[in-house]
Amino acid sequence: MTLRAKMAAGLAMATALVFAGSAQAEPNIDPNPDVTELVINGEIPITIRAPAPDHLDGALPEIYSGWLYRDASTREMEMDDFENPAMPFVDAGIEAWNAVDGSEGKSCADCHGAIEEGMAGVRAVMPKVNEAGALWSMEDYINDCRVNRMGAEAYDWDKQPMKNITAAIAAQSRGMPVNVAIDGAAAPYWEQGREMYYTRYGKLQLSCASCHQENNNNFIRGDHLSQGQINGFPVYRLKQSALVTIHNRFYGCVRDTQAESFAKGGDELRALELYVASRGNGLSVEGPSVRP
Amino acid sequence: MRKLFVLCTAGMVMLPSVLAAETAPGDVVFGDLGAVEESLTGTAGNAEAGLEVATTRSLGNCLACHVAEGWAHMPLPGNIGPALTSVAHRYTEAELRGILINSKHMFEGTVMPSFYNVDDIIRPGDGYTGKAATSVEPLLSAQQIEDLLALLQTFDEPEEE
Repeated sequence: MTLRAKMAAGLAMATALVFAGSAQAEPNIDPNPDVTELVINGEIPITIRAPAPDHLDGALPEIYSGWLYRDASTREMEMDDFENPAMPFVDAGIEAWNAVDGSEGKSCADCHGAIEEGMAGVRAVMPKVNEAGALWSMEDYINDCRVNRMGAEAYDWDKQPMKNITAAIAAQSRGMPVNVAIDGAAAPYWEQGREMYYTRYGKLQLSCASCHQENNNNFIRGDHLSQGQINGFPVYRLKQSALVTIHNRFYGCVRDTQAESFAKGGDELRALELYVASRGNGLSVEGPSVRP
Repeated sequence: MRKLFVLCTAGMVMLPSVLAAETAPGDVVFGDLGAVEESLTGTAGNAEAGLEVATTRSLGNCLACHVAEGWAHMPLPGNIGPALTSVAHRYTEAELRGILINSKHMFEGTVMPSFYNVDDIIRPGDGYTGKAATSVEPLLSAQQIEDLLALLQTFDEPEEE
């Protein structure tokens, strides 16, 4: 049964008075067992179901790409780069990759080579602790290169030039397993992110887990709640007609609990990014993905 | 400040004895199982006003999480919480009031927001702006809770087996 059909069935149940006890669905089960695979462009297989990482300790029995929770038309858009509305931004990002910028007369490609070679696998291990011991997101590494090697201006975290380049870099890792490090120097950041994931923020007192762990596969109004995996970022969000960054989405989720949210590009959301990414270790990098 | 204004305005049209009947969030008395016997306002709730609160996104937004025959005219209710169609058979008036005010007393760890509560809020925001709140008000007013209660008491369809 498609999701729309399921929702229609849910509505029919509602109007037919099924309310003996509860219309609640069971969370943490496969949202779409009929859909067996995702292959992009007929050549990039994407792991959309994977065993839960050990650190989850049973909190999720299995992990699922958010793609599985979407309706057929949205899923199809992501299966073909000519249909994926994020791909023009990837092209713009590749153009920026090859363009000289800044006082040193360099492009990204001058040091890293072709983006297909230089950046393959990078998205899969982000965010990552840098040589100085600080946790950096991909945006931080990009801006470090721009400012300190190219003599160019830093990109704004949440503006189009940054989103273009992060989309272009993510696309070079599509199909590779997410595999962020959570031990060693990353451990304290991971713990901080974990703590945030389970903290019930805001006047609505909701944590990430309230929706994405305890209620994935249920509906808030018409929205089918996923596990909140971030392997598909940056995401082309149809309702915003725009590429959306991980931190933008986190900011919005926390805001929608009626909380004072966290700064995009701030230490808190970097830590949360690491923790949430680690809940998806084993899924494929899927960005730029398409979501409603 | 807003509360003060409301009180002043109310004071002009109501008797002081009626005013004194409104219970502040911190003064609500919960029974052992989380029920609240006393009306928050002393003024009977209005089910029609309660339906407005239940189905308005910026107010109770109950249908975001609950199915109910009483709002079957609204599209796509959520299913996070239990269906409410026969809820008047399952809980007493006092229990329903307690659930609306702060259901965490009755259901430990529930994800349901506490609609008349200002305690233990972490990083309270100014509505849905993402900015910090300057003062923490409950999600709903005392009378809105009583109005929702009046609505739920009309949800008395027979339970199905």
